Amino acid sequence: MLKFTAIMLDGMNYAAWLFLVAVGLTLIYGVMRILNIAHGAFYAIGAYVCASALGVFYAAGLPGALAFAVMGVVALIAGVIVGLVVERGVLRFLYGRDEVLMVLVTYALFLILEDAVKLIWGVESYFVYQPYAYFGFVEIGGLPYQVYDLMIVALAIVMGIALWFWLERSRMGRMTTAVVADREISAAMGINVTRIFATTFAIGTVFAVIGGVVTAPKIAVTPGIGVEVIILAFAVVVIGGLGSIPGAAIGAIFAGYARAMSVHLAPAYELFAIYAVMAVVLAIRPHGLFARASGRKI
Amino acid sequence: MMKTDFRREPLYIAILAVLLIVGFFLPSWLRFLLQTALAGGLVALGVALQMRAGLVNFGQGLYYALGGYAVGMLAAQAGITDIFILLIAAVLVSTVAGIVLGLLLSRYREIFYAMLSLAVSMILYGLLVKAAWLGSTDGFNIPPVSYLGWTPDRAVRPDIYYVTTAVLTVIACLATARYLTSGAGMLCEAVAENEIRLEYLGASPRKVAFIVIVVASALSGLGGGLLAMSTGHVDPLMTNWTTSGGFVFVALLAGRGSTIAPVIGFFLLELVRTYALDLAPNAWQMILGLVMLAVILLLPEGLWSLIERRRKA
Amino acid sequence: MKLRTLTLGLAGAAVAAGGAMAQDGDPIELGIPVFLSGAASGPFGLPQQNGATVLIEALNAGEVPAPYDQVGINGRQVEATYVDEAADPVQEYRNLVERDEVDAVVGYTSSGNCKAVAPLAEELQQLTVLVDCGTPQIFESVVTDPTYLFRTGPTGTIDSVGAVRYLMDTGVDMSRVAGINQNYAWGQDAWADFTGSLEALETGSDITTEQFPQVFAGQYGAEVSALLTSGANAIHTSFWGGDLEAFILQAAPRGLFQRSAVVMTTGEAAMQRLPDEIPEGAIIGARGPYSYFAPDTELANWFRETYEAEYGNPPSYPAWKMAQAILGLKAAWEKADSDDPAEIAAAFENLEFETPAGTVRMAIGNGHQAIQGIAYGTYALDDEGNPTVENVISYNAECVNPPADQTAAEWIEAGFPGADCE
Repeated sequence: MLKFTAIMLDGMNYAAWLFLVAVGLTLIYGVMRILNIAHGAFYAIGAYVCASALGVFYAAGLPGALAFAVMGVVALIAGVIVGLVVERGVLRFLYGRDEVLMVLVTYALFLILEDAVKLIWGVESYFVYQPYAYFGFVEIGGLPYQVYDLMIVALAIVMGIALWFWLERSRMGRMTTAVVADREISAAMGINVTRIFATTFAIGTVFAVIGGVVTAPKIAVTPGIGVEVIILAFAVVVIGGLGSIPGAAIGAIFAGYARAMSVHLAPAYELFAIYAVMAVVLAIRPHGLFARASGRKI
Repeated sequence: MMKTDFRREPLYIAILAVLLIVGFFLPSWLRFLLQTALAGGLVALGVALQMRAGLVNFGQGLYYALGGYAVGMLAAQAGITDIFILLIAAVLVSTVAGIVLGLLLSRYREIFYAMLSLAVSMILYGLLVKAAWLGSTDGFNIPPVSYLGWTPDRAVRPDIYYVTTAVLTVIACLATARYLTSGAGMLCEAVAENEIRLEYLGASPRKVAFIVIVVASALSGLGGGLLAMSTGHVDPLMTNWTTSGGFVFVALLAGRGSTIAPVIGFFLLELVRTYALDLAPNAWQMILGLVMLAVILLLPEGLWSLIERRRKA
Repeated sequence: MKLRTLTLGLAGAAVAAGGAMAQDGDPIELGIPVFLSGAASGPFGLPQQNGATVLIEALNAGEVPAPYDQVGINGRQVEATYVDEAADPVQEYRNLVERDEVDAVVGYTSSGNCKAVAPLAEELQQLTVLVDCGTPQIFESVVTDPTYLFRTGPTGTIDSVGAVRYLMDTGVDMSRVAGINQNYAWGQDAWADFTGSLEALETGSDITTEQFPQVFAGQYGAEVSALLTSGANAIHTSFWGGDLEAFILQAAPRGLFQRSAVVMTTGEAAMQRLPDEIPEGAIIGARGPYSYFAPDTELANWFRETYEAEYGNPPSYPAWKMAQAILGLKAAWEKADSDDPAEIAAAFENLEFETPAGTVRMAIGNGHQAIQGIAYGTYALDDEGNPTVENVISYNAECVNPPADQTAAEWIEAGFPGADCE
């Protein structure tokens, strides 16, 4: 029973984290057809920015609860700045190029950003563990669990709904959906595709940065944290169906529970859990669980 | 997509052969770099072949690792050190893997092919990491190889290894050129252009894709085997996605204009990498990234377009 | 384009060759591969590079205490070239040896890299000192007849053997034992040695769970849950660097350290970094008699103070191991009193030399592998709130290392025959 509780909680917790780091990736792919490897570097930047900002914050002796507001603000600012710099500075010159080439462009960006992060912050790890301990823990069915981790679950749900709402209900979001359906016709109808692209990329980047910001208090912020995230996020997105937001949620839940179950029931196979799910899903549904059927062009 | 014409292929391969002969007289560290780059170049060639059919393999490292581990396990564990047996085994193992996976993967296209091949290669990575008897992430070492019973002396061993690698690379390029001018090879571009029309014409796109996957796996297995012989060490990083990403990068940027383009392209990449490391040990990844971006922005058709352009001019 | 790059390479090589006509009085060139990028650069690469830098500077100025007060190495100044261990190890090793023509290579932290370059050192007849890398295989199976290759750091075997002995000697209940180790060679070997040592010492332990998260995973929520629910009395971990720090941050608030005795074999490196987060009483190791476990000698205090004066924090164990490697090379070089690599190597064999961490003996692996003792203690904050260790128990080298004629695995399997723990 305790084990069951643990699997349910751990799976949910990990799924929420996966969703946060993966949803920006699927959004950017869905709209712009760019499979963004630099997403991992954005995540790392988020973690570093959070560590630095909160370091200054705590050094100033400000009240602890405000830290969460600071995290929100820096995620937004850093995400928008980094997203726009990358999109305006590099990507816009390459729209319309081969999808695979764009993967390599973002890979090159990833390498550059990784070293840039190292040059700015050095190689030693940073810590901001205060927010993680701030709310203490609760006992759920005899298992102590950090309240902070439960808040990440809540955050993931809120962010997911907000994103869905923006896409489906706002004017800008619906224009974005139109661009996804057909870029050329949308442009002909007077939609400013350039602006849509810049906005989407910034939002996707903000998501990656938020992932890093909320993770920073749990980890040692060190070089290389971005690499680990990329492949996980890819797996989640591919399981759910590239470009689908509900797909990212389902993919995250699949992958999250697969990992939690293997940790508790068969820890030796933890390493394969996510790839195995990905391979099985793709073997059965080649385009992922939530992919739209695409027409065959003659 | 670039129009490709493979009638000039023998000439290019002859140029490669001449370059490799010149390469023999390079300083030993640089020649070693060239030697290992040739092994990797064969894998990049395999990736480039698949790209002609619109298939981007982000997990080609799988066959590279299989070739390397086949050589390694036979030499280190079974005590077979004859290079010819070892390399045949490497090609055989990876080709069989290519056939099995090809049956599954030839149904997939575009990013899904890329992702599924990546997933499979990462599963192999996981298996190798779990395999404590194969040294897990540390990998294991491979004893010096022999040639029909003759084990070269330490003094001439590097020369013999280089010559073996160079000769086999040229042979592999020739064989690939032969495949490209065959029916199955020529139809690759048609698969990328328009599968349905190809089907209406009575050809099977799946079969074409299957064959190119198998050919690429054989080439990559040879590359892996040669690398294992050269460095005397194999580890699971060979099948990590970062390694495969390097092959894709070279295949894409070297251009698909000739079989020798990826082979030379891989050497250039390694050269940039090693000089970046020497120049800026703390920021070499950044230099590598900047070079990649520069090539993508300035040479949209790949490095080979420099040669094509000159020819047209 | 191609040809131009090639000629560039040729020219570079020619310059290197011209400059390498070493004569007496020319500086000694050391090639030092350490991690400059990736997750290992902070916990290992940086302290190693810093340790080498302060030591070489002091050597060149003749400021190191006896027996190392001779200037430089054998009177010659020392220069260092640092390269990134995270790149292709074999190619970079060749570049150091054949392009840069260094006099000796001193470095490597990753066991995989040590294994890859070990045979090459012999093939190229290049004096090479391995600094860290845990695997005992280097002289057991990779290079069984070494001439030019040495390792001045003890193997990872002592970590696990020492950890079990410490748990026993401090009376920790070991009826239920769990482990959490990174899923790669280092973590797998550490856990295998640990469970082997449990059997060798007949603790009769039940293994409740063996967690093997992916290396650099960073998220250990599920693993901590599994450890909490396993009801283990004692937990072993060989996590290092950011993974160890993340594990402490995620496990400590959930009370794992209160429920179980947790032994962290590399815990020392986290002490300066997370002084308030490591729960007092956690069992800490430093992979040898380094740092807080170092003897109170002039050399040790000099190294600690000089490093701290330069970098603001005391050296963690990787810095000590780097200093040990360079001093070992210096001791051998000066004993040989010659610049001939073969003579230096001969002098290095079976050498006994002083280091900040006490006396090191090149006792096993045909006299090419160092043995050293190990110590464990529990974490505490002293009266001024500085991190320290208490309840320290030290085990001498013969207690935790296999004798020269046995491999580590055989020795553990056989129940530590010949171990001298007095």
